[in-house]
Amino acid sequence: MSELSVDHLLGIKYLKAEDIELIFKTADHFKEVINRPIKKVPSLRDITIANLFFENSTRTRLSFELAEKRLSADIVNFSAASSSVKKGETLIDTVNNILSMKVDMVVMRHPNPGAAVFLAQHVDAKIINAGDGAHEHPTQALLDSYSIKEKLGEVKGKKVVIVGDILHSRVALSNIFALQMQGAKVKVCGPKTLIPKHIEELGVEVETNLIKALEWCDVANMLRVQNERMDMTYFPSTREYTQQYGVNKKILDQLGKEIVIMHPGPINRGVEITSDVADSKHAIILDQVQNGVAIRMAVIYLLASKIKQA
Amino acid sequence: MSQKLLLNAKEIEIILHRLACQLLEKHSDFSETVLVGIQPRGIFLANRIQKILMEDYGLPEVKTGKLDITFYRDDFRRTGKTLEANKTKIDFLVEDKNVVFIDDVLFTGRSIRAALTAIQSFGRPKEIELLTLIDRRFSRHLPIQPDYNGRQVDAINDEKVLVNWVDNADEDSVYLVKK
Repeated sequence: MSELSVDHLLGIKYLKAEDIELIFKTADHFKEVINRPIKKVPSLRDITIANLFFENSTRTRLSFELAEKRLSADIVNFSAASSSVKKGETLIDTVNNILSMKVDMVVMRHPNPGAAVFLAQHVDAKIINAGDGAHEHPTQALLDSYSIKEKLGEVKGKKVVIVGDILHSRVALSNIFALQMQGAKVKVCGPKTLIPKHIEELGVEVETNLIKALEWCDVANMLRVQNERMDMTYFPSTREYTQQYGVNKKILDQLGKEIVIMHPGPINRGVEITSDVADSKHAIILDQVQNGVAIRMAVIYLLASKIKQA
Repeated sequence: MSQKLLLNAKEIEIILHRLACQLLEKHSDFSETVLVGIQPRGIFLANRIQKILMEDYGLPEVKTGKLDITFYRDDFRRTGKTLEANKTKIDFLVEDKNVVFIDDVLFTGRSIRAALTAIQSFGRPKEIELLTLIDRRFSRHLPIQPDYNGRQVDAINDEKVLVNWVDNADEDSVYLVKK
């Protein structure tokens, strides 16, 4: 297959396995590009991309911006804090105003689940979801799988456990979809209060014991506890959370096998993983960040190819 | 569809040796010269030339790379389909080197235009030359001509020049294919 089956990247659940394959293949080429002395290609020089961030982000936003610049796109940035959203403008009005300035593609992060889907239905531009509430974060899941593939050779048949705050995590949901589509087995692990009810229906197993989960897995994807999304108390204290679900060097050494540690960032050092784990050879956290740029270049390039020449 | 044989294996072999000799005449020991095959089809020719230079003319090393031009093409979003990339592999610096681009067929010249942009990402070459097996005369869209050429061919636009190599099609041959 040489073309994406979708016109927007709204979530992993809308993709096919072949789409992921094509994105990875394209990302391989861009990974080579970003390691050249001059890390830029002119493909998208007549494309304008708006980055709309209605929610805070450092890594994702920088990564998208770099990816766009390395493809030579023109970009405009927008963050909710400094915009008319504060003055009461609706999402569609905001975006249509931006689009009337001839923007071809929108990368959007929004606190409400479904915001990207909604936008794709109402505006005439390619939409990339950079995270919508606790729903999906497709580019993160793609770069996670790509990093697993790079480290372990393939994703198929690998056992991946996602540890932590599953309830508030869009990364978890997108990862579950992406990993299963590629034939990996997925477990989630965390305190019962932070695991959504009925998650088993997605075909994932729930394990509340961290040690058992780590003994089972090839890869552990450690998520951050999203305090900012918590409207009530889900566990007694951070200290108690760390005692039960924090990974430290001692736990890893006792496993009797090597596992890969991933983290989508930002890390709360000493909470979900200790510094010695985050900085160890087990961790591929910084590889994930580098792969993020290549994956986003691939997604943007493939979607932009579907924009008709005016 | 009909096809006419333009070059057989023996003729190609003679041409490849001639091209190798012409390169030797200009670049002698290849210490300051690198070969760059243009993806996807130029790499077969580049590998053959490299092999001849090293095995038949005893050069210890001829640096050869592969350059993919997909992201530099001027028809992005104009063909109605996604342009798929190939591997780029250039493990040497081209800064201040003599670069010889190698491609099988020179047609409109647009690929070479893209390659001229692409190679700049790897440094500033001292000089760039172009070697092609087949030069389709009178069909250029840009002012680009080969420095070393195997055979000139007059073909009309809906004809296609098909180059086969032992490495990808079991035989060395060049056909003119009519649609």
